[in-house]
Amino acid sequence: MIDLDDTDRAILRALVADATRSAGAIGRALGLSQPAAWRRIRRLEEEGVISGQRIDLDAAALGFGVTVFLGIKLATKGRVSLEDFERAATAIPEVQTVQHVLGLFDYRLRVTARDLADFERVLRRRIMTLPGVGNVEANVLLSEERRPGPLG
Amino acid sequence: MQIDDTDRRILRQLLADPGLATADLAERAGVTAATCWRRLEKLSEAGILKGQHAVIDWRALGWAVEVSLRFTLDKTHPRAFDEFLAAAREVPEVIEIQTFLGRVDMRLNVIARDMGHYQHIYRDRILTLPHIADIESLMLVSTIKDTGSLPL
Repeated sequence: MIDLDDTDRAILRALVADATRSAGAIGRALGLSQPAAWRRIRRLEEEGVISGQRIDLDAAALGFGVTVFLGIKLATKGRVSLEDFERAATAIPEVQTVQHVLGLFDYRLRVTARDLADFERVLRRRIMTLPGVGNVEANVLLSEERRPGPLG
Repeated sequence: MQIDDTDRRILRQLLADPGLATADLAERAGVTAATCWRRLEKLSEAGILKGQHAVIDWRALGWAVEVSLRFTLDKTHPRAFDEFLAAAREVPEVIEIQTFLGRVDMRLNVIARDMGHYQHIYRDRILTLPHIADIESLMLVSTIKDTGSLPL
């Protein structure tokens, strides 16, 4: 685990807002030289603090109007390995997120579809046929926002 | 704006590897760098490409616990959603807020340094949010897949 100072946190905030900004631009905004900003960004990446980038697309404009979150309970734990379920779920192109959770469900899936009819197709043909799948709960996403988190 | 196959190809490659430089992206999408750059500009201007954001791995920063909290709100109160949202935005440990159509009304992603810290946040910041009728929590074990990819 690495310790961050205020400058690191400011760099993180800037890159979370816009990952395409160059080290030079970030340095100028924070009163750092380009090489100093670059070194800090490099360190945040190498330490795994910045794990990657996320592209924010208007999914609806691209024809994907529906996002549904599924809570899935496995029916046959033990008989079907978690790996089998995970491998099959991950391979579905409409499934954007697969998370193993503890609680009411075993897995959380984020599914994108063109419309509700398309979602029904994905649900019937791809989700309900996953190995070991049991109870499934669906909630249709209306809105979402990401918060900066505890960056001081 | 009308999206054509070239746009789709560029977006597909960008989603597959968001950190790519424009030149590499162009090569993978099979277009010239100038075309790629122009297409990305147009997609941005049209609001289809909304942004690129760094993803923080909170675990690398010592935030070991992540919990998905699912809320049912007291809908007899006309401003329940607005007031809940406004209050949830004030909690720094909330990194994601989503609203749903379904059995669940609202979901918060909350991070904490450890279980003791989580308990503290849960009691002092979460249970005090307005208009809660019911809460369920799912503790994140692992994320197996997490892409913003669309089956374009």
